[in-house]
Amino acid sequence: MHIQDILVKYEATPDKLLNILHDIQNQSEQSYISESDISALAKYLNTTKAAIYGVVEYYSMFSAQPRGKYVIRVCKSPICRMLGGQDMLNFIQSALNIPTNETDAEKLFTLEVSECLGHCDKAPVMMVNDELHVNLTPEKIDSILSQYRQNKTKKL
Amino acid sequence: MIETKIALKNAGKIAPDSLSEYESVGGLNAFRKALKMEPLDVLKSINESGLRGRGGAGFSAGLKGKFTDESMCRYCGQKYIICNADEGEPGTFKDRAIMENDPHLLIEGMLIAAWAIGATTGFIYIRGEYTDSIQKIQRALDNYYTEAWLGKTFDTDDEFKLDLEIRLGAGSYLCGEELTLIESLEGKRGYPRIKPPFPAQHGLWQKPTLVHNVETFAHMPFIIENGADMYRQYGTENSPGTKIFSISGDLNRPGNYETEMGVSLRELIEIAGGMKDDIPVKAILVGGAAGSFVSDEHLDISLCYDSMKKVGGVFGSGAIMVLNETRNLLDFMADIMEFFKHESCGKCIPCRVGTAQLALMAHEIKSLDKDAVYVRLQKMQSEAEYIAANSLCPLGASPIIPISSFNQHLKDKI
Ligand SMILES: Cc1cc2nc3c(=O)[nH]c(=O)nc-3n(C[C@H](O)[C@H](O)[C@H](O)COP(=O)(O)O)c2cc1C
Ligand code: SF4
Ligand code: FES
Repeated sequence: MHIQDILVKYEATPDKLLNILHDIQNQSEQSYISESDISALAKYLNTTKAAIYGVVEYYSMFSAQPRGKYVIRVCKSPICRMLGGQDMLNFIQSALNIPTNETDAEKLFTLEVSECLGHCDKAPVMMVNDELHVNLTPEKIDSILSQYRQNKTKKL
Repeated sequence: MIETKIALKNAGKIAPDSLSEYESVGGLNAFRKALKMEPLDVLKSINESGLRGRGGAGFSAGLKGKFTDESMCRYCGQKYIICNADEGEPGTFKDRAIMENDPHLLIEGMLIAAWAIGATTGFIYIRGEYTDSIQKIQRALDNYYTEAWLGKTFDTDDEFKLDLEIRLGAGSYLCGEELTLIESLEGKRGYPRIKPPFPAQHGLWQKPTLVHNVETFAHMPFIIENGADMYRQYGTENSPGTKIFSISGDLNRPGNYETEMGVSLRELIEIAGGMKDDIPVKAILVGGAAGSFVSDEHLDISLCYDSMKKVGGVFGSGAIMVLNETRNLLDFMADIMEFFKHESCGKCIPCRVGTAQLALMAHEIKSLDKDAVYVRLQKMQSEAEYIAANSLCPLGASPIIPISSFNQHLKDKI
């Protein structure tokens, strides 16, 4: 979707900024907010590029650098870690052959970690874009990754 | 003690996307009643119920409403109402239970509170990761708009009307702090404002603003419909009502359970199906990462805002993280310190440098022998005290809570 098509959906007030940034990033095939998006948005909200860039950099869900089509965020908070979260992270690292905060060669997956995702009763958990996956096991992760690999759209 | 439900009374019983089902179980009776009452009487009722904010600090909801009401005369200017649905405290997932199962209840609570203080615009600030909650709340808002409960002028003397919209967080724990949330809502980075002034005086766009947690709003319909006395029949003298506990860790049935205030940890463990594989409990972290550790010796503490103080702790958000005997406490502590390091916004040097230092120390002690560990834990405690004393916002004052309670209760169990 073109940036202007996204912007017209929102009134040009500063309180809409985070909602707009989510929208832009969700539509981006590379899960990021580009410099041209930031320029367009700054103009739309009548503010500076620096102010918008500062916001993008501050919030851990946003990225100003291109990422994979699917951003994996593995919970690293205490309960998930205690119940096998670190093993799951290691497993994904070797399955994708990348360290944390990197994108695989096909630009399909970026691997990140996150603090508590609010599903500790089903630990360990991770999110892939805006979809949640709970009670992770290596087998489950294998099948989740292959489903995303076969998928053409951003959502399963 | 068994489960007693106020905030989750409809959860699992009605379709969360249907306003008519919500009404079929008595939904909106409370708001209809509130509209016939004087706004001041609504506030009075909330005050008399003794309801305390469920976001963590436990401040009186009645007083907060009163301050917001009195800071500007009714309709002398804009007032705002904000629901804090940023739920980022590790181990806490109770607000999600309300939003996913009974979103109409939360919004009815906001309608009641908005009427009481004369707020005409409001926001529900939901953490960006809560996809399901965001969809459910949006659907419920749409229903309320379609049925003309939102966006419609009511037939009251002052032509009361409320507009509500969702705003999204984007992965910052600190933005759950109410003034930081307001900064974020204004489209800025999440750097805290200095308190005072409080949101009741200078909140969103510097206007009087009432900020409550999801669960706090979800109690208001019950209080208005049934009266403060009825509400006070639940819970304890100083902590009336019920509370949702998010129970996680080494249990058979971890999850959200709502009980009366004053329930004991032992009862909560039972409600959650008991310890997994019957391995005994070693430690419990009550209230989240910014919460306090207790040991298996404290299972009979009754949980309420006051009792935790007696063991040097805080009650917090309702997170109950249970660790069995086989768990490595120092690993757990290191993960908590990593959390604060990650979430420090970096504005004050003692907090930025100090939380990194604490994380480093917490990792280092994992390989030390016991005596050395004790010395280092003491060092961590003084470091955390220094951070707490020299930081701008409550996040800097948080690491000391798990560290000092750890030193007080768990040293012998490492
Ligand atoms: C670092 C930090 C994070 C917080 N996170 C949350 C949160 O996620 N949700 C919440 O309701 N309150 C949170 N609070 C508490 C809020 O500042 C505020 O007290 C609360 O929203 C008031 O609502 P209540 O009166 O219903 O408790 C946080 C506080 C701090 C210091
Ligand atoms: S205490 Fe920490 S989180 Fe709070 S403003 Fe200072 S640096 Fe930021
Ligand atoms: S600790 Fe991982 S979801 Fe809460």
